[in-house]
Amino acid sequence: MTTMSPEVACAGKRSQRNQSRLLGVVSRVRELGLLIVLLLIILMVRMQVPRFFSVDNFEQILLSVAILAIVAVGETLVVLTRNVDLSVGSIVGVSAFVTANFFKQMPGANLLVGILLGCVVGCLLGMINGSLVSLGRVPAIVATLGTLNVYRGLDFVFSANTTSQVNASDVPASFLALATTQIFGVPMLIILAAIIALVVGYLLRTSRTGRQLYAVGSNPAAAAMIGLRRNWLVFGAFTVAGLLSGLAGVLWAARFATVDATAATGLEFQVIAAVVVGGVNIFGGSGTIFGAILGAIVLGTLQNALNFLNISQFWLQAIDGGAIIAAVLLDAFITRLLQRSQLLKRKKQ
Amino acid sequence: MKKFRALLLSWEMLLVVLLLACIILGSMLSPYFLSGFNFYALTSNAMEIAIMALPMTLIIIAGEVDLSVASVLGLASVVLGVLWRDGQPMWLAISVALLIGTLAGVLNGVLVNWLSLPSLVVTIGSLALFRGLAYVVLEDQAVSNFPASFTNLGFGTVAGTDIAWSAAIFALLAIVFAVILHLSRLGRQIYALGNNKEAARFAGIPVRRIKLLLFVVSGLLAALAGVILTARLSSARPDNGVGLELSVVTVVLLGGVDIFGGRGSLPGMILSLFIIAIIQNILGLMNISGDIQSLVIGLLLILSVLGPNLAQRIQITLARRRLAAGRSQSV
Repeated sequence: MTTMSPEVACAGKRSQRNQSRLLGVVSRVRELGLLIVLLLIILMVRMQVPRFFSVDNFEQILLSVAILAIVAVGETLVVLTRNVDLSVGSIVGVSAFVTANFFKQMPGANLLVGILLGCVVGCLLGMINGSLVSLGRVPAIVATLGTLNVYRGLDFVFSANTTSQVNASDVPASFLALATTQIFGVPMLIILAAIIALVVGYLLRTSRTGRQLYAVGSNPAAAAMIGLRRNWLVFGAFTVAGLLSGLAGVLWAARFATVDATAATGLEFQVIAAVVVGGVNIFGGSGTIFGAILGAIVLGTLQNALNFLNISQFWLQAIDGGAIIAAVLLDAFITRLLQRSQLLKRKKQ
Repeated sequence: MKKFRALLLSWEMLLVVLLLACIILGSMLSPYFLSGFNFYALTSNAMEIAIMALPMTLIIIAGEVDLSVASVLGLASVVLGVLWRDGQPMWLAISVALLIGTLAGVLNGVLVNWLSLPSLVVTIGSLALFRGLAYVVLEDQAVSNFPASFTNLGFGTVAGTDIAWSAAIFALLAIVFAVILHLSRLGRQIYALGNNKEAARFAGIPVRRIKLLLFVVSGLLAALAGVILTARLSSARPDNGVGLELSVVTVVLLGGVDIFGGRGSLPGMILSLFIIAIIQNILGLMNISGDIQSLVIGLLLILSVLGPNLAQRIQITLARRRLAAGRSQSV
């Protein structure tokens, strides 16, 4: 290593501090911007269709977003470490089918056992992803593109060998009640998603492991140099993402009641769209759970608005794709702009 | 002698062995496997993947990736179908479909170049975008009243042989791509790009122009694959070719192309193409559904990256141990 003059070292430290402050500014600007966009959408649709603006409809939007939001929380952890998990849709599908099938075969079983089963399945699948990426050094996108298809294939094998479809009449009512129960008039699904988001968001903000996830994502080499166990952090992020997808699968099965091997196909794009629209940097290291949830709500509101505006639902996927590209472009653009202004400032000094 | 041993141990040799094993397995499992008709069925089934894998090989060697190919295929198929349904002549429908594919490639290329975004992220977005547009154009409908002269492109064989027309097109394209990658200056520049983008730029290689060109060609050929698939299925549907990007990427990576760029060859890719085509054919002969086939392909994709990684790790560990042993002896 070459020795650095104190001034250079100091300048380097300062620029690094500026950089991290910069990323903080970017994510705050993004979240504020997103809130404004959300308000604009709501106001515009309200002008066209007044009945869009009702408590009932907002509850409907949040209900449709809840499961997606739980998966998005897990995906955020993975994206923060500069990885991506494309297999979440398949994990939700496997967990949904395994859980529904469990209740069909054993209608008298304890509710908690079934829920735990779905979570454990998700957790295990997440661990496979995590091992492939951290130990196997397979790039996340390749590993999870593979497991996306492997898990879905397993789902088909499993359903072909058991029962091809589980219907609402096959499972106990207490299981379906998971999705319909209300606490103080608020659906439990929404409360559950909110609790998960709050807890993970808080831990990410304040806990040591949470900060380490950011460090690994924003500069993997530096994180390794200061002794962070990168492999474990990446493995952990994928495992938690799997666990939350597993839980989301249980809720999926309870909410839609009719489950076959194709459940939640393509969900990964909605999840990734929500995460990047919410300002979680796809290049790792910055973003918040709050942002990701906000992203999910914006996309959910847009989807709901399409209904009210009589626009074909077939636009949904195109909107998700466009949103991913726009968000990534915006991130790169803002970052570059801020860097340039910083350079100018330094030159003046 | 050393060269001979290197050849024996090379990835391509492994693929040849794997290919032979697949052929033997196939002929043991089904008496129809080695028939001329099965050869025709096997190749024509894989040609859309094959055509998209040609530019994908170059793109991955250049250190990028295009995950949107299957969606471009779907979009081209739908555009072709809608134009034909609305009474346009077939040549116009095909040309517009190819043009749309090219434009999709331009969009990918421009996005990747502008602000230097990673192609992985851009093409995940455009994967959803192009497939979504295909659904917007045709919703849940399908166009299927194509003339025989067109479907012949998918069904027909070159006069007097069992070679499908699509296979003939692929063979021609493969020669062109092999010459470009392995014998031309552009080919060397693509390798250089994949090895070190910065160094390539400083060496005066037009990095941006090459990247744009690769994505445009990828879009164009994905659209061509879309035209061929539409002819083969005699049906234009928005979900045509969903998930084919998995097979395309698997063919290229199993063919020995390094996912981080800079290494790989077209002959390797073509060997792996036949391996995967035969595996799919065998699974089909055994009446195994498409969803379970993609399980196998997914496993192959993971193994083809995981295998060399683990082998390299073991090699490094062994070398370290040997070094350590040598040191302790000398002490």
